[in-house]
Amino acid sequence: MSVQTWTWILVGVTFALYFGIAIWARAGSTKEFYVAGGGVSPLANGMATAADWMSAASFISMAGLISFMGYDGSVFLMGWTGGYVLLALLLAPYLRKFGKFTVPDFIGDRYYSNTARTVAVICALIVSFTYVAGQMRGVGIVFSQFLQVDINVGVIIGMSVVLIFAFLGGMKGITYTQVAQYCVLIFAFMVPAFFISMQMTGNIIPQIGMGGEVESGTFLLDKLDALHTELGFNEYTSGTKSTWDVFAITLALMVGTAGLPHVIVRFFTVPKVKDARKSAGLALLFIAILYTTAPAIAVFSRTNLIETVSNKEYEQIPEWFKNWENTGLIAWSDKNGDGKIQYVAGDALTGKPEYTEQRGTYGERLVSNATMQKNELYVDRDIMVLANPEIANLPNWVIALVAAGGLAAALSTAAGLLLVISTSISHDLIKKQLKPDISDKGELLAARISIFVAIIIAGLFGIYPPGFVAAVVALAFGLAAASFFPAIILGIFDKRMNKQGAVAGMIVGIVLMLFYMIRYKTGLIGVMEPLPKSEWWFGTSPEGFGTIAMTVNVVVSIVVSRLTAAPPKEVQELVENIRIPSGAGEASSH
Amino acid sequence: MTDDKQKRAKAYWKENIKYLAILLSIWFVVSYGCGILFREELNQFRLGGFKLGFWFAQQGSIYVFVILIFVYVRLMNKLDKKYGFDE
Repeated sequence: MSVQTWTWILVGVTFALYFGIAIWARAGSTKEFYVAGGGVSPLANGMATAADWMSAASFISMAGLISFMGYDGSVFLMGWTGGYVLLALLLAPYLRKFGKFTVPDFIGDRYYSNTARTVAVICALIVSFTYVAGQMRGVGIVFSQFLQVDINVGVIIGMSVVLIFAFLGGMKGITYTQVAQYCVLIFAFMVPAFFISMQMTGNIIPQIGMGGEVESGTFLLDKLDALHTELGFNEYTSGTKSTWDVFAITLALMVGTAGLPHVIVRFFTVPKVKDARKSAGLALLFIAILYTTAPAIAVFSRTNLIETVSNKEYEQIPEWFKNWENTGLIAWSDKNGDGKIQYVAGDALTGKPEYTEQRGTYGERLVSNATMQKNELYVDRDIMVLANPEIANLPNWVIALVAAGGLAAALSTAAGLLLVISTSISHDLIKKQLKPDISDKGELLAARISIFVAIIIAGLFGIYPPGFVAAVVALAFGLAAASFFPAIILGIFDKRMNKQGAVAGMIVGIVLMLFYMIRYKTGLIGVMEPLPKSEWWFGTSPEGFGTIAMTVNVVVSIVVSRLTAAPPKEVQELVENIRIPSGAGEASSH
Repeated sequence: MTDDKQKRAKAYWKENIKYLAILLSIWFVVSYGCGILFREELNQFRLGGFKLGFWFAQQGSIYVFVILIFVYVRLMNKLDKKYGFDE
């Protein structure tokens, strides 16, 4: 059977499964809608958290990014897993004990202030919307690559699917579909990895194969380092970023991970405090399976790519190369006219390929934006995971499986984020501030309406991606690190922290982060271009700046809180109460 | 809270903080220490085909993170029992 047929079958079967679960897990009350009734087992919650967490970016882009970044890619690996240690040790158990529905709930009650609550709601909306836009785009890309439909049609199909299970089931529907989606995505990620590891190193476990030997008796990583040096790239295992920047980015990603509202809210769904701890451990275990495999895939595919294309005649190149060239993710410009592909360090093109619609001497697609540098090959980073099975000549069903896995990853994360957005509106804004006497039924209806609106907006972002989205998604972590994380941690561990301190800290943190982002990363369209690297503060990239913004937040919070009155007695009692695990009961709105 | 409960809660929190300090030190050392700050030094040693610093950054630290959380779960379950806060 062809790849196309296999893809339709696998995508169809998995979608039918998600629908089945959605209908089975309809939500009847706000409690079911917001926290799945509070009765999710730690194992199910661990899987759901893992699927919630691992987005299209983790599944599709991360291994590719690492394969082009080498050692520098470690920032994602450590940053996106180490945050779970913080989450398990510093946040999850206490927030579960606190026992409300949302992060702004905690901020609002702990800091006895609707201002704090509103600031938290705004931070949650900024973080979640930047993140969800990327997911919808991811769904569209997978559809267009594998099923040859228009990207926009893909986005609309994805929207409808999320709509069905999120709208009907709320957190309950999302949780159980995420469990299914985790199984699909991890299977889809691991199968090609096993195949390729076996092929290249003779060891089926990719984590071991990565450190194994290739036929010639040399270690794979040494071989790759040698290839890199020969072609003028930096050694794969060394990287190019400064040690400080690697440190700052890793810390910003870790802290940001622990501060992401759609991840935190998952720990409200388990029955007890000890379940919250346990499910954080299980979640990281499930995530670690993918995260320790990704760097292995990066090494395999990098080596494969260089060996397949470097100094080879274009006319002899395998079919996959030309397929991806046709979709615009690979471009080759024969600068020295020898008909061979020279793949060396340097930019082959200025930015993305601009094709002229004409074919060259060897049948390649001509591009108009080639540079003067020696490198002739442009490869989009995203294709490493998607094209890997083709590059390694794996069976068609494996290639199709990757498509189903990519969709599972994107849809599960999108659903989790959309729920946070709708909860922020229906619970934190409407119920807690605008209309406190709303009935449970009315609130449930409001939640459904807001999730519907949120999906439409997210879909529009996917169809008309504003240029800044791609740049901003990575910075969502910096925003979460600079705003939520200190307010929550200090709320638990510093009894003296008060409303003035937390609000001042959050506002200073998020404003500083936004300012740095705009100044050094995105610019302001039509007003100002982002400033160059040489102007960075202390050599910190915008991605790593969350570390500095967070530190400033903590300092401001502590100083302001010590200069103002201590929090009221009942709030200090609340803090004492969340520090002990017993008597958590179920999450409630009261 | 009753006086007795308050006393237990205080002692419980103190031990909890001690555990956190130890576990988070390990967390910091494997990732920021072995994987970032001292990787050049560690790269002189090898673990099979891996340079050691590189292995910590892309594999080892993640394994340690998983272990740390499960150790924490065990320690806390015991602590809950010791102070009568388990359920």
